[in-house]
Amino acid sequence: MKRPTPDRLLSLVVIAPSLVAIAVFVYGMIGWTGFVSLTKWDSLRPDYAVVGLVNYAAVFTNPRFQIDLRNTVVFTAFFVLSSLIIGLTLANLLDRRIRGESIFRNVFLFPMAISYIVTGVVWKWLLSPSSGVNQLFGLDPATNRWFTDPTVLSISPESPAGHVLADIGLGFLASTNIGIPVAMLSIVIAAVWQMSGFVMALYLAGLRGIPDELREAARVDGASEWAVFRHVVFPLLLPVTLSAVIILGHISLKIYDLTVAMSPQGPAYATDVPANFMWQTTFRDGLYARGAGVAIVMLLLIVLVVVPYLVWTRRQEVEV
Amino acid sequence: MYGKKLFAALAMVGLVGACAGGASPSPSAPIKVEIVSWWTTGGEATGFNKIIDLFNQRNPQWQAYNSAIAGGAGSAAQAVLQSRVLAGNPPDSFQVHMGHELLDTYVTPGYMDNLDDLFGANNWTSQFPKGVLDIVSANGHYYSVPVNIHRANVLWYNKKIFADNGLQPPTTWDAFKTVAETLKGKGITPLAVGDSGIWTSGQVLETILIGTLGADGYKGLWTGTTAWTDSKVTQALDTFKMVLGYINPDHSSLTWDQAADMLISSKAAMTIMGDWAAGEFINKQFTDYGWAAAPGNDKIYDALADSFGIPTKAQNKDAIKAFLTIAGSAEGQDLFNPYKGSIPANTTAGSPPASAQQYTDYQKSAMAEWKTDAIVPSLEHGAAASPSWRGAFEQAVTLFVANPDVSATQQQLASACKDAKVCQ
Amino acid sequence: MTVAPSPAADRRVGAPGATRGHSSSGRRPHVGRLVLYAALILFAAWYLAPVYVLLVTGLKSSHEVSLDRMWTLPTTLSFGGFADAWTALAPNFLNSLLIAGPAALISSFVGSLNGYVLTKWRFRGADLIFTLILFGMFIPYQAILIPLVQISHDLGLYGSLQGMVLVHVIYGTPITTLIFRNYYAGIPTELIEAARVDGASFSRIYRSILLPLSASGFVVVLIWQFNSAWNDFLFAVTLTSHDNWPITVALNNLAGSFIVDWNVQMAGALIAALPTLVVFIFLGRFFVRGLLAGSLKG
Repeated sequence: MKRPTPDRLLSLVVIAPSLVAIAVFVYGMIGWTGFVSLTKWDSLRPDYAVVGLVNYAAVFTNPRFQIDLRNTVVFTAFFVLSSLIIGLTLANLLDRRIRGESIFRNVFLFPMAISYIVTGVVWKWLLSPSSGVNQLFGLDPATNRWFTDPTVLSISPESPAGHVLADIGLGFLASTNIGIPVAMLSIVIAAVWQMSGFVMALYLAGLRGIPDELREAARVDGASEWAVFRHVVFPLLLPVTLSAVIILGHISLKIYDLTVAMSPQGPAYATDVPANFMWQTTFRDGLYARGAGVAIVMLLLIVLVVVPYLVWTRRQEVEV
Repeated sequence: MYGKKLFAALAMVGLVGACAGGASPSPSAPIKVEIVSWWTTGGEATGFNKIIDLFNQRNPQWQAYNSAIAGGAGSAAQAVLQSRVLAGNPPDSFQVHMGHELLDTYVTPGYMDNLDDLFGANNWTSQFPKGVLDIVSANGHYYSVPVNIHRANVLWYNKKIFADNGLQPPTTWDAFKTVAETLKGKGITPLAVGDSGIWTSGQVLETILIGTLGADGYKGLWTGTTAWTDSKVTQALDTFKMVLGYINPDHSSLTWDQAADMLISSKAAMTIMGDWAAGEFINKQFTDYGWAAAPGNDKIYDALADSFGIPTKAQNKDAIKAFLTIAGSAEGQDLFNPYKGSIPANTTAGSPPASAQQYTDYQKSAMAEWKTDAIVPSLEHGAAASPSWRGAFEQAVTLFVANPDVSATQQQLASACKDAKVCQ
Repeated sequence: MTVAPSPAADRRVGAPGATRGHSSSGRRPHVGRLVLYAALILFAAWYLAPVYVLLVTGLKSSHEVSLDRMWTLPTTLSFGGFADAWTALAPNFLNSLLIAGPAALISSFVGSLNGYVLTKWRFRGADLIFTLILFGMFIPYQAILIPLVQISHDLGLYGSLQGMVLVHVIYGTPITTLIFRNYYAGIPTELIEAARVDGASFSRIYRSILLPLSASGFVVVLIWQFNSAWNDFLFAVTLTSHDNWPITVALNNLAGSFIVDWNVQMAGALIAALPTLVVFIFLGRFFVRGLLAGSLKG
């Protein structure tokens, strides 16, 4: 067996501090939080008596948390999709030898530099029903309520669709807990404003990495621009798309600063998010164990999304 | 080969270590006394700094400073504070609402010293009203010194709108309905509410509960002597439902001050808000406002206060004792409150020196009422119940405002009382 | 404005793709370009509207500031908002620089070294290790706030600027490692092997071969980390003491507990955003180039 060379040892020493740091500050702390979620710590005096999954039961049966889960799903879906579409569109537009390309690129990219708190405050003003864009475009404040809109687009139990669902035993789907809170879409607008430039930058890089020959070849074969895009360009952008989905996805699952600054809860918690619920449970209500439970649930949601991706990329690289 | 790398690594460690060392204060410099508050700007910061300046003047061996974090009644400050207290490193003192917010969060788990000696030495047991002494004590001991008193159950109205329509500020909720109908007919929003933080709607319900149950009935809700399932609570919720029909539709996008501004622009006629609303009107140079007790709340003072205590692990307890002595005295309270817009908790105060900032008409009338009204603790401002109970209350209110289901909400309120371990 | 497609010129590497369709009539590209620019300008208006509101509100006096006059230009230019904001924010501006600068620098070197080890000095389990590190960037930070306060207090770093730098370095390690690992994966292993055969050491390979090629990677990481550290609020408000508050905390403090001077707050928001904006404006093109080199590809 080969003796490890001094250089190989050195390489391990170099990476060791990061490993220790991550082990303690990520996994160790997650473990600690997980442990706390199983205790009955509910005041400033830590109480580590283990009581099992009581806190999780309290969290999942809380109507506010159920609403938060719905909000997260809706926000993630709309935010990720919109950012991808707008980012890809902008990248395509910028990829055409534009005059002033760098100016436009800076304009689209700069919101990334702004903190979520600033974004939230400004968009709260812009989408305020009594002024803002309503005022600018002459929209009726009574029907365009933006983030103050309590409407949840869902199937009503009394509607025909609701009856059908009840008949086949899926009646629980006809409730506002499975629906689209219109107010959340305003938050999506602000978030997309903030992050679509980043997606554009990713796609721009991706587009420029595609050799012209591939596109020319398709064109020579008689394909239209749209077909070229659909069959040549877009498939080659899949890795970029995946990266973007993961980055946007995990941002949206732990979104906090933006919603707190713009609309902390919304009517009937329409814009409430799990991170806000966790914060209030822990630091306002002093229910540390329950707050830890919420944090662990948030973590599990993220794990559900991220781990398959990580496994997939590892497998990809092994194949290569 | 490794020498250079090793040297570089050691140098980095050394650099970090040197920075972490930090300078220690010279022995003759005054000791810093840290007081955490959420008064970062405006009249409240000005007033509070006056107390601090007075303290520093009289105690050159100490230097107190206002370590303020904003966030509206301490939301961001709460996290910082609690983390520090947990870590055994509290500030020398910190702002906290008098009542259960302090008692349940910090006193019951054993993080605060009792102030019985201080109260005795300063004769505060006869200078503060009994209602306040009850609120700041637990198990017969005093735990914080209130520096001000705010009143939460005030009805503010635009005098011109009322005069033009021949209206009087309503004294009952039935009268409110009549007044509101008239205003609605004229296209004026009867009641402006800005509940983007939900507590303003909670405050409206609070005043309705007081008006419907009376002072004792309302107090009983928080001690377990009044049942949440009582029919009067049902009546209060029905009234709340009625009132919600007369508020501005964009209420959840506005903060309380933006709602109060609707009175200034004559878009709305009334708002139910604590007496800090007067400060907003003055700031916006609006003078045509009137005030009255909220409907049904006559002769009842829904009180809240900012107070300070002594954390058990504070570093400079003698300094804080001296600070609290000033803050609780008539002299200190007369320095602070004219700027804050609140009234002194100490009943012997009320006459600032002629050269200092004076009280407004509203404040003078409030001080008179403070001496005679029945005092009840405010829920929405931390006096009546613990933060987690208040959170559950606000959760019920949030859902009610969007979908006024009286029976479901009453049940939620009843279980909140059980979760707080006050009701059976 | 017509554009003649010039395939020869466009075959340069990295140049914008010549995606012009071949059209028979000379008019179609003209209208197409107009539509293109119109679309770009419309988008740009959407992105710039908030900046307009920030500027216009920041330049109003506090009496004039009001929600329903948001779009109107100030009747008189008032710099009081900016003056008050700067007075309030100046000391914290420095704190933010002292946190974000070192944090960005240190964490980019950490990421670079990690990426180097993980790609060019592979060992059994290196991929698993990388995945475990990477996962750290996805956790919700609320979940570790309380133990973090406890540990930073135990280490004597609570409230200090160094503590903040350390926290940002640690929690920035996953993303910086990711970026550099992807970046170095694109550098052919043969280069390294050849050097190794010639007897070059670990550090020599890093210094002489990898570092000179890393410029784009460093730019991406520095921008990302500086941005993330500068705009952080959660760690800042929980872990720093009064004198060391970064600008995000100070900005939040511009909001009094009840009365809010919107003109001061908006002016303050602009001031707080300035450094990262400047970084983006001047280094934006390198950011894109860095991404092109594969920094954040799947």
